[in-house]
Amino acid sequence: MVHLILFSVFGLICIAGAVNLLVQSHPINSALSLIAVMASLAVEYMLLGAEFVAVIQVIIYAGAIMVLFVFVIMLLNAGQEERSKGSRVALLFGIPATVVGSAIGAWVLIEHSGTGNVAIGALPGPPNQIAELLFHDFLLPFEITSILILIAIMGAVVLAARPESVQHTKKEG
Amino acid sequence: MIPLSYYLVLSGILFTCGVLGFLIKRNIITIFMSIELMLNGVNLSFVAFAAQWHVLGGQVFVFFVMVVAAAEAAVGLAIIIAVYRTRETLNVDRIDLLKL
Amino acid sequence: MNLETFIIVSVIKIVIAIIVLLTAVAYTVWLERKVVGHIQNRWGPTRVGPFGLLQPLADGLKFIFKEDLTPPHVYKPLFIAAPMIALIFALTSISVIPIGNWVTIGSIHTPLEITDVNVGLLIVLGITSLGVYGVALAGWSSNSKYSLLGGLRASAQMVSYEVSLGLSLVGVLILTGSFNLRDIVLAQSGTFWGFIPRWNIFHGLQFVAFFVYLIAAYAETNRVPFDLPEAETELVAGYHTEYSAMKFAMFFMAEYANMITVACLASLLFLGGWNGWLFGPAWLKAILPVFWFGLRVFFFLFLYIWVRGTLPRFRYDQLMAFGWKFLLPLALANTVVTGLVVALRS
Repeated sequence: MVHLILFSVFGLICIAGAVNLLVQSHPINSALSLIAVMASLAVEYMLLGAEFVAVIQVIIYAGAIMVLFVFVIMLLNAGQEERSKGSRVALLFGIPATVVGSAIGAWVLIEHSGTGNVAIGALPGPPNQIAELLFHDFLLPFEITSILILIAIMGAVVLAARPESVQHTKKEG
Repeated sequence: MIPLSYYLVLSGILFTCGVLGFLIKRNIITIFMSIELMLNGVNLSFVAFAAQWHVLGGQVFVFFVMVVAAAEAAVGLAIIIAVYRTRETLNVDRIDLLKL
Repeated sequence: MNLETFIIVSVIKIVIAIIVLLTAVAYTVWLERKVVGHIQNRWGPTRVGPFGLLQPLADGLKFIFKEDLTPPHVYKPLFIAAPMIALIFALTSISVIPIGNWVTIGSIHTPLEITDVNVGLLIVLGITSLGVYGVALAGWSSNSKYSLLGGLRASAQMVSYEVSLGLSLVGVLILTGSFNLRDIVLAQSGTFWGFIPRWNIFHGLQFVAFFVYLIAAYAETNRVPFDLPEAETELVAGYHTEYSAMKFAMFFMAEYANMITVACLASLLFLGGWNGWLFGPAWLKAILPVFWFGLRVFFFLFLYIWVRGTLPRFRYDQLMAFGWKFLLPLALANTVVTGLVVALRS
């Protein structure tokens, strides 16, 4: 019972945040509703027992990636969004089709998914077990993702650098 | 004890909202945020199935999805800044110089 | 205990924690004014009440009665919400910080913290990283160039030093093997070589990590020597330029609450938490750990204020270079060395 109440409350917050992201015209409001979605998703992960993943979701997604988004929105001073012809067509046909499609999908999932019940805190989620998996079975993907992040850092620095500063370094070195 | 399909429905709704945002919105940054929403929906699905089959590998995979999303967000935002610097607009419909 | 008792006990603990934290914030302001005053060879507040002890009350009344201006072209929803966001996250991180052992009052056996989570340390780090939003959104929504620049600088500084903060704690985690704050304190009980307490800074040899943590904490909470974003001689007042009365007071309270949280965390992780000399009857044995913990937190707050009265502030590029080029490699080196020592010892 408690599980159902908690799941419904935070599930509704997730869905409200996702719909708000679509409805708002200023990107900063969309960013804030996405942060609310991520925070309530972290609670959903905790309900399933994955406490480490929940906290990592807050630290990385809501605390670092969304900070990047908010920085860029603030720096570029994005402003209100405009309506154009393509977007009106997408709204007119897209939204009813999506609603019908997802209603059918939800019905199929609930009736015929072939999965059982899951208890509150079902998953073992202590960090040391995840660490054992990460460093024994998944060591190669771990190392590859660290190289991936290094490449991403270098790429971001090069892409966002001003053209004049690149010329300066060419003159000096 | 609630049925796992509730989590899957929630994940599906989040993913659908992400796809809808990607198709409807005209601001580059909002489109990018819809991509992050899609990734979050998929993460929830991973963890839900990991709880069903009592396998910890689902959580580890969520870890990797998050890391890849972080790298993608960093590079994508740098590209957006570069595009803004040359085109002076964030509206996707205006960035159509390659069109005939 | 059943669900209703748990909820009632938790609500009581939350109310007590908030009251104690807000009073501690008010009297940290008083302590700061007195100590900085004495460092600068003057008295500090002396008029309002004995030793100026009622000064925080007078300040609170002043903030309530001041006019709460909202400048005309701000982005209203975020302008009003940003100080609330900052204060909410500053107050929330106290919920996983334990201040003593499990106590038994009547028939209720409860720990002296609001929730006892297995990943308590990470939750504090997560809430600290969410606290960046209050600063960034305040700077942007104020629609003023000083605020925007100050807000961006402050949030970039906070995000940069968060990395070193987290890494400096990894050494402690390797020694303890658990994220649970209570376990970390329990691992530091007892003494070695007869009388030296088994704190992580002595027995665990984490003094480098302690140094890195302290500096990163000063930068996280925007305090001297890293308070460039809010110094008066810099960008007017940085991200809280356009705020007045209660909203400014909320930013102020959020900063001091962050200081107190960081001090609590440092005393839990490096200085042995609430381990100390226990004596007397059973009720005294339950209260004394809280007293020892409060003593350590007071020491950290005094250190904060002492540094404020003594050091000049960093320039912004010096600050960022220090964080990324010195502190982060130092924290990484500490992690590697601690891991090596633990692996070779076992």
